Amino acid sequence: METALSLSSALSQLLVGLSRAMILFIVASGLSFILGVLRVPNVAHGSLYMIGAFAAHTIATALGGHPAGFWLAMLGAPLIVGGISLAAERLLFRHLYEREHLMLLLFTFGLALILGDLTKMVWGADYRSIVPPPFLQGSLDVLGTALPRYNLFLLLVGPAVAVALWLVSTKTRFGRIARAAAVDREMVGALGIHVSWVFAWAFVLGCVLAGLGGALVSPTISVTLGMDHTIIIEAFLIVTIGGLGNIWGALVGSLLFGVTQSLGVLLLPQFAIVFPYLAVVVILTLKPTGLLRSVW
Amino acid sequence: MRPQRTVSPATLWALGLWLALFFAPFVAGRFAVYLLGVILVTGLLAMSLNLLVGHGGAYQFHHAAFYGVGAYTAALCITKGGLPAWAGLAAGPLAAALAGLLIGSLCIRLNKLYFGMIQISLGSLLWILALRWYSLTNGDDGIHGIPLPEAIAGPGGAFACILAAVGLCLLAMHRILASPFGTTLRAIRDNPQRCAAVGIDVRRHQLAAIVIATFFAGVAGSLFVVLEGSVFPDMLFWVYSLEIFIMCLLGGWFTFFGPMLGAAIIVLLRTLVGGMTEYWTLVLGVVLIGLIFFLPEGIMGIGHRLRLYRRRAAGASSPRENGHAAG
Repeated sequence: METALSLSSALSQLLVGLSRAMILFIVASGLSFILGVLRVPNVAHGSLYMIGAFAAHTIATALGGHPAGFWLAMLGAPLIVGGISLAAERLLFRHLYEREHLMLLLFTFGLALILGDLTKMVWGADYRSIVPPPFLQGSLDVLGTALPRYNLFLLLVGPAVAVALWLVSTKTRFGRIARAAAVDREMVGALGIHVSWVFAWAFVLGCVLAGLGGALVSPTISVTLGMDHTIIIEAFLIVTIGGLGNIWGALVGSLLFGVTQSLGVLLLPQFAIVFPYLAVVVILTLKPTGLLRSVW
Repeated sequence: MRPQRTVSPATLWALGLWLALFFAPFVAGRFAVYLLGVILVTGLLAMSLNLLVGHGGAYQFHHAAFYGVGAYTAALCITKGGLPAWAGLAAGPLAAALAGLLIGSLCIRLNKLYFGMIQISLGSLLWILALRWYSLTNGDDGIHGIPLPEAIAGPGGAFACILAAVGLCLLAMHRILASPFGTTLRAIRDNPQRCAAVGIDVRRHQLAAIVIATFFAGVAGSLFVVLEGSVFPDMLFWVYSLEIFIMCLLGGWFTFFGPMLGAAIIVLLRTLVGGMTEYWTLVLGVVLIGLIFFLPEGIMGIGHRLRLYRRRAAGASSPRENGHAAG
């Protein structure tokens, strides 16, 4: 009885860790994509994730809890985030590409500060949460363990995003140009391609993923101010251990991060959050450039 | 004839200002003296960062971690370690320099952005420890009411202690940057490949610079304990690290006193704006983006540029111009 209980709690804890890893992956892959193409650590990424979550809540509640509201929120929130990032990129960011990396990083930090306070102005400091549609509520019984359906749903969405992003960056014209521009911006420009717009869409694509991550996480946690600060650190760590700019590296890093944390909950609940950080230190000590090959 | 050491007017002004500030507690109000203390401590922290970033060209993304290590070490040595307060305050900078040596030796294996990313990762580990190790650090609440010796417990004594320590640190930093080591550091910043080619051990110099800079960050951490009598985990948070960057940017990267000026402006602005609106970070963000677009060399950078123009107008050529116009 004892072992069965701990097995089932281990299983459900593992699912929690894996579904958390999927959210982390969606956010971190966007960060990694921007890093790969623009070579900018986008500090505002966490803020866009937060805005995605708040926007999803607003859209879902505007439809009064109708099941379609959820899907509309999952679609609309990333689009809103995409719009914000496109505006920021075209109005301000694109004038800075020739500057030092440090200035680009500081620009995104400035953006993060502004977006954080704008979120506070628009949505306030309340805690919010949205309800998934009926067929994603409740839990599924697997091996005597109740596994929440929504977490299982996230396990499907994560890999789907990974494959979609991989297809976009390897099979489409945009993806090929973006990867080429990451390696040699001048040469791609010399071939007659409008590099500036390629960068813009790459930035928007990465930010949309942050918004999607925020929208998807909103039924599982309480949406509130300050959620931007923790996710961005975790996403940074994941991207670093995975190999900067490598999408699959972001997946490996996210899984490692989510699973070590959920196993940490089983072993030492109070220090659970420390485990992934320790894993990061071990990996970076042994392999400072990350597990998989960085794109640079 | 012995060559005469020339003392620049700026140095004399700084020395005079430093001495004059010792009289501040006798003429200024309590809050003003406290603000001055905050500016000095924050300014020392910003200048220690600038030693690495402005002069060393290293992507020291998480400098606040070392500030926090210094402050927490001092606080813990005094409250839990049972050490005399002076010994605890001296332990802060040493621990910060040790952390700088450990984290720095992992970081310098890599270049630029990777250096910065790894540092954010390792620094965040320290932050998480400060935040979660309740039994040791008291978690989110921080450690308050740290007992200090009578001489520095009052606001006047604390201020004198801070002013004296910051003055000594600035003197030391000035000497380090003016030394051959400082020149080598700037050479590495401008062209690491060429430095390596002429036989300079680039990594060893960078590591030495990290240890020196983190030591001074640790001094700032200990002085924070003297000033506030408390420590809290936000001191190690990555957001604070980037705020220190803003101070350096505002004052001017390639100047010695720039970061101190930047720190003064940010501290005063925060006090002023924070009293009027709850949206301080919005203001800070707008200031930052404005700086990046319109004043990338900072306030003291303008002065430097004006002097260059004037010199050029007078017909004298300046060989230093190129190095300073970069970035």
